[in-house]
Amino acid sequence: MKNKKFEFLEHTGEIKFQAFGKTLNEAFENSILAISSFLSKEQKIKNKIIKKISVNGTDIKSLLYNFLDEMIYLFDAELFIPKNAEVTINGNKLTAIIFGDKTLNYEGLDYIKSVTYSDMIIEKNEKGYIIQVVLDV
Amino acid sequence: MKIKKISENVYEIEKEEDMQVSALIFASDELFEKIKQDKTLEQAKNVAKLPGIVKYSLTMPDGHQGYGFPIGGVAAFDVEKGIISPGGVGYDINCGVRLLRTGISKEELMKKREEILKDMFQKIPSGVGHRGALKLSEAELDEVLRKGSQWALEKGYALKEDIEMTEDYGCLKPADASKITEKAKKRGINQLGSIGSGNHFVEIEVIEKIFNKKVADVFGLKENEIVILIHTGSRGLGHQTASDYIQKIEKEYDYIFPDRELIYAPLNSQLGKDYIEAMNAAANFAFANRQIITHNLRKTFERFFPQARIGVVYDIAHNIAKFESFVIDNKKIKVCIHRKGATRSFGPGRKEIPEKYKEIGCPIFIPGSMGTSSYVLVGTNESEKISFSSTAHGAGRAFSRTYAKKHITKNELMSELESKNVKIKAGSIKGMIEEAPEAYKNVDEVVRVSDELNIGKKVAQLKPLAVMKG
Repeated sequence: MKNKKFEFLEHTGEIKFQAFGKTLNEAFENSILAISSFLSKEQKIKNKIIKKISVNGTDIKSLLYNFLDEMIYLFDAELFIPKNAEVTINGNKLTAIIFGDKTLNYEGLDYIKSVTYSDMIIEKNEKGYIIQVVLDV
Repeated sequence: MKIKKISENVYEIEKEEDMQVSALIFASDELFEKIKQDKTLEQAKNVAKLPGIVKYSLTMPDGHQGYGFPIGGVAAFDVEKGIISPGGVGYDINCGVRLLRTGISKEELMKKREEILKDMFQKIPSGVGHRGALKLSEAELDEVLRKGSQWALEKGYALKEDIEMTEDYGCLKPADASKITEKAKKRGINQLGSIGSGNHFVEIEVIEKIFNKKVADVFGLKENEIVILIHTGSRGLGHQTASDYIQKIEKEYDYIFPDRELIYAPLNSQLGKDYIEAMNAAANFAFANRQIITHNLRKTFERFFPQARIGVVYDIAHNIAKFESFVIDNKKIKVCIHRKGATRSFGPGRKEIPEKYKEIGCPIFIPGSMGTSSYVLVGTNESEKISFSSTAHGAGRAFSRTYAKKHITKNELMSELESKNVKIKAGSIKGMIEEAPEAYKNVDEVVRVSDELNIGKKVAQLKPLAVMKG
């Protein structure tokens, strides 16, 4: 349990998860693992397509919001499901390489309407960073 | 937080600190027990802090924790001093319900139930992906955003009567397609005519019980006849529009607020106006979406029942902001009313109601959870004073999806649906489990409270026979 990368928590209306990492980059990367696990319903996603993205924010929370918003956009508009990501954060800017596959290669995928700021947490403790996000699904 | 029960089915969070008004929660003791277990009350209290809020922050009987506003949250804002909040409308702009009547009896339907369900599942795209939805050009999408159901009529996807039986004739104004971002358009362009996933569905139901024959006759509802409920919204286009405007408002205004999801723009600001035009355009997409689904359902039903005439009873939004007039403290004033997971419940005489229903009030549809009853209600004049003419929109979640997945098994769910004689076709079993009846509050209790408070009166009870989900 010590090296847990992410976990889902109880939330009445929507989906809530936490992602962990020694660095902020790693915590952001692990948030993509949570998104991938939710969308794929724990199916294994292949690493066939690479997307490069860059997003800006007004602060670190809006950076996270915009980053995950981009994943939802790619899923809906470009039929891309993420598997994992490599993230580099520089102030309120982020660049990332996202690995994944076409959604049409999988059955019974889940769907996310939007990221939300509800209960959003980005915290540093002695072990590293904790990210908490509620998704509207 | 000081909470007291002020009358039967009404709880009040007293005004304190920076609250502009008090908050009222419409719930029976049973429903209130559930409501107070999550953050619904805290969220209702936060809404009461918003600038220009009029009278009170309201939560409907099916209220539960949302993001920003609670689901089931209703708030009216002064048009001069008030605000508009994308989070007060919800990410699924114009998520709503349409009810169709078929004139087919239960017995006739049951003979062909499985074939019909199969055919529906083939014709109407659901779940994730774009297979089967309409292919639109960018110019056509802009037309849909501007005209809503009117576009569907021009293209032969609608009958004239369908448009008359849709809230605001299926076209909200002012709507400006250029206020919808390219990103949102790209999410929506291949999704028109699709249900999506989550709690969205098409359900074939039988009218099991009529409570008010006079009103049911005007709605065209007869006991033992088949009706169809469509529950979906503006799909990816609407969701992206909400999140785009949350980001735009954040860049322009620097608020310190307990919850970032409550971000708002003044109604008379440029950004506020832009959001309203974008929201209306997304709402038009949703009206057209339910209309295209209606068109495809007609094709299925006419294939199996050539004599069947599918008519629209009504189509009504439950995630929207609107400008409406109410008499408040003896003065008639116009407000911007946010209904997030709440249904408009206008009584007789309101100009917003279709001519055919003007003397009896506006139809309201309250879907239950999968496999349980749904209800048709009618709006009342009393609701104007009590709830800004709003009532519930569904059963309301009681447990999280995560909890449902942990505690309900596929076999339990399937045998329960079988014992109730409900056929189901869904894209995924897991999705079904998340929507299992146990995960929801008791819809009968929600409707009972609405009826007792006179904010929406019972007309008919529907029982599901076949369900199609994403």
